Amino acid sequence: MAGPHFLLWSELCFLCAALICCFASSNARLASIVGAAGSIIGCVLGLLSATSMLSMGTSFTLNLPCTIPLASLHFKVDALSALFLILIDGLSLLFTLYGVSYLYEYRSKRSLGGPWCAFNLLVASMGVVVTSQNGVLFLIGWELMALSSFFLVMFEGDSNKGRDVGITYLIATHLGTLFLLVMFILMAVSSGSFEFDAFRTHQPSRTLLTTLFLCAVIGFGTKAGLMPFHVWLPEAHPAAPSHVSALMSGVMIKTGIYGILRLISLAGMPPLWWGWLLIGMGFVSAVGGVLFALAQHDLKKLLAYHSVENIGIIVLGIGLGVLGLGSGSPPLALTGFLGALLHVINHGIFKGLLFLGAGAIFRATGTRQLDELGGLLKKMPATGYCFLIGALAISGLPPLNGFVSEFLIYIGSFRGGIELAQPSNLFCFIIILGLTLIGGLACACFSKAFGIVFLGEPRQAVSSSHTLPPAMKWPMIILAGLCIAIGVFPVPIVRFLLPCASQIFPVQQPEVPFSAMTSTLNLLTHITATSLILLLLIFFIFRLRRLFLGNRKVTSEVTWDCGYAKPTPRMQYTASSFAQSILQLFQPFLPSHKALSRSLTYFPGSESISFSSHTPDHFQQSFYWPLFHWVDKRFSILRRFQHGKMQVYVLFIAAALIALLIWQLGAVQ
Amino acid sequence: MISLSFAVTFVSSLAVAPLYLSIINKTKAFFAGRQGPPLLQPYIDIWKLLNKGAVYSKTTTSILFVSPVIGLGCLIIATAFLPVGRTPSIFAFDGDFIVLAYLFALMRFFFIIAALDTGSSFEGMGASREAYFATLTEVAFILGLAAMAKKTGTLCLSGMLTQISGEMWKQSGGILALTASSLFIVLLSECARIPIDDPNTHLELTMIHEVMVLDHSGPDFALIHYLSCLKFWIIGSVLVRMVLPATVHSAWLDQAMVFAAVAGIAVAVGLIESSMARLKLNTVPQLLVGASTLSALALLLGLR
Repeated sequence: MAGPHFLLWSELCFLCAALICCFASSNARLASIVGAAGSIIGCVLGLLSATSMLSMGTSFTLNLPCTIPLASLHFKVDALSALFLILIDGLSLLFTLYGVSYLYEYRSKRSLGGPWCAFNLLVASMGVVVTSQNGVLFLIGWELMALSSFFLVMFEGDSNKGRDVGITYLIATHLGTLFLLVMFILMAVSSGSFEFDAFRTHQPSRTLLTTLFLCAVIGFGTKAGLMPFHVWLPEAHPAAPSHVSALMSGVMIKTGIYGILRLISLAGMPPLWWGWLLIGMGFVSAVGGVLFALAQHDLKKLLAYHSVENIGIIVLGIGLGVLGLGSGSPPLALTGFLGALLHVINHGIFKGLLFLGAGAIFRATGTRQLDELGGLLKKMPATGYCFLIGALAISGLPPLNGFVSEFLIYIGSFRGGIELAQPSNLFCFIIILGLTLIGGLACACFSKAFGIVFLGEPRQAVSSSHTLPPAMKWPMIILAGLCIAIGVFPVPIVRFLLPCASQIFPVQQPEVPFSAMTSTLNLLTHITATSLILLLLIFFIFRLRRLFLGNRKVTSEVTWDCGYAKPTPRMQYTASSFAQSILQLFQPFLPSHKALSRSLTYFPGSESISFSSHTPDHFQQSFYWPLFHWVDKRFSILRRFQHGKMQVYVLFIAAALIALLIWQLGAVQ
Repeated sequence: MISLSFAVTFVSSLAVAPLYLSIINKTKAFFAGRQGPPLLQPYIDIWKLLNKGAVYSKTTTSILFVSPVIGLGCLIIATAFLPVGRTPSIFAFDGDFIVLAYLFALMRFFFIIAALDTGSSFEGMGASREAYFATLTEVAFILGLAAMAKKTGTLCLSGMLTQISGEMWKQSGGILALTASSLFIVLLSECARIPIDDPNTHLELTMIHEVMVLDHSGPDFALIHYLSCLKFWIIGSVLVRMVLPATVHSAWLDQAMVFAAVAGIAVAVGLIESSMARLKLNTVPQLLVGASTLSALALLLGLR
């Protein structure tokens, strides 16, 4: 079997490349070549390993000798791991290609060795996280992932803001890890070993399971960006270089989803309230994420908040699956998990595409502020049309991939709403309410983002928008193609997801009936038919229109402006004015700060008027900052012990050692 | 037989749709004591526009003329999901109403970006309002359909609509009435009628849908005219099947009844337009949230 070898070599490839990049930091060309080559070869090997597992249909393990106490280098690729491995390696491959030319622009300003080293480590550690079968190994991978992405977030760390963002990320991710540490230790204490297999066969008590689940929701939810724990995400993702934002937003946060799914598969039959909790949190994340996104002025920050929204959709799907498991309806569970897993893939694809697009815009214009952009479609058609496809996909519109996964979750919720008993069916309708609300709001948000950035007249003189290098253009075109392909032909990919979704089912669960699988696939063939007819119709109507317009006069004029003599681009509707009316309705949840200064004369000069609006994150402002200030105040007493005097530190160490020795001696006696 | 009656119904709905606009206008004219435009005026307008050239703004891109084309494609598919008389459509499948709602959304997305494409602040304003109101309308629409799905236990539009019967009205008239009133508000909002939007106004600042298409001309504008008629037909015929569940057990006659009953809805819309003014912009969301609340209430009653 070649699978384990490919996996091993892929990880080694990333690590070697990272090591070489680390030492070659002064030479930008060498760092780029080695970093990219290592990442590409590693990704291809990882893909080979995952596809070999899926084609064989049997999972494989890789056991290496290991001397770390409590840990074992025990990897296992089952269907669920293989799916995430394909997501990680497939998308990283495209992002690497893009990153080569994106980062090379910075060669005169920054050393490229560090970013390439961290990039390779990040991809390698994500591979470890989704394949490890040992709690300690998992945590090592998790920590490596957090640190390597921290260094990438600190790419612009020489500014005050960049540093603050990095530190926020570091603190948030470690708070999350703290809960995971507790979770794995509790698991190990109850089952006697850090191995996942030991826990799988073990029958934990109800209270222990509850604690484990809550720890997992907080720990993994922090990484995934679930709503109350999301505060780091909208800050950190925009700060990294665009291909890393794409990797973090499209792939890295999905490891949190993987963790939640893995725990569900290990824990046995989940109680119903797990589903209720997940649906509640998913609803808050999804609606809250899209509302905050609507209020943003920075394109990458808008995209980052949309990750919170999409994680919400995924968690809604998982919640539906858990409801199905808990109420003994495997077909419902299957639909929920399928929808969630498909959305994991879809979100990786379209969010990656949108972040790459944002990077291309930034590279051409030097700004990410929506209200400073405009009319870019004529200057950057490839980026523009790819971004449009991504925008349609993320808004969940047919015939693109975002629609298919939302459709699955919709159908599952409708079925659950009809079939299930009293409190659970209400939760199914909450999913429906959530999906419809975010459907409309995401449409508004992305029609705004695309319309303001790419259409209309340029709002600022665009610096000579240089042509996009093919290495940046083709990854976007491939991702856009995938959006359409999965949207029109979802059946093959869902068939491929079926074993992955049934992997989540606990061992005690009876097999998913075959009819449930075929009925889901049948439904999706209708989607294919509808999409194909839609595309054909559009084509024919287009030809018809051309027929009518063929030999008639077509002229160009200025836009109808109600007779104003001198229209300027600054008179166009801006992103903030577009979103203002919607935000007004949701004012209680979105406390926007508005600053308006105006002169009181009848003929105000331009210098005396200014308006700005800013929507800070509710949770950060009114929960996390007060909490941290409180902690800061209470623990300031500890500063007495930490004053930078080396001698006293050595004294502490000596005292601690002596105390330990005495304690140990006491134990021996 | 079924496919024949489907084909005839499908083609005749596409053909008859503009007539309902005439009926609204005739009703309004009657109450205003005017003669009103001839019954075939919408057809004449569309034909006239189809045979004109076009003027495009220098600012615009291909998005402007692609949007009506995509919109028409979406609505033609949505028309195919409607049942024939009281027999399900041959295109019916579980969840087709979700596809229908999202096809509306796709069309809307393209009209919004087409409006932003012109760079005009008026059209931007219209686009913003459309995005805002449509979000609320969509919630009312899907929750209303969810209430129907829960009540009838089916997940396809045809199934829901054909299962509503006089018996069901007797048993749970409350749920059906709540849903129907919510859907009527959805109809007024989606088709840009008073009290949400005024199709007759000539002041751009007060308009929503009309202002978004200021820069469309010629065949593109003809498509937009036709689109709005078709949209009225689609939502109108869903509503009619909900409030008039009578059947004479003949697909042709049932379908003829639906055609006649949608004319009744057009008269009702005309009546509303003659008797009241457009709502202030900031009260429109209240009406739409009200519609969503009606749908949600119907849903909760159904859960009981």
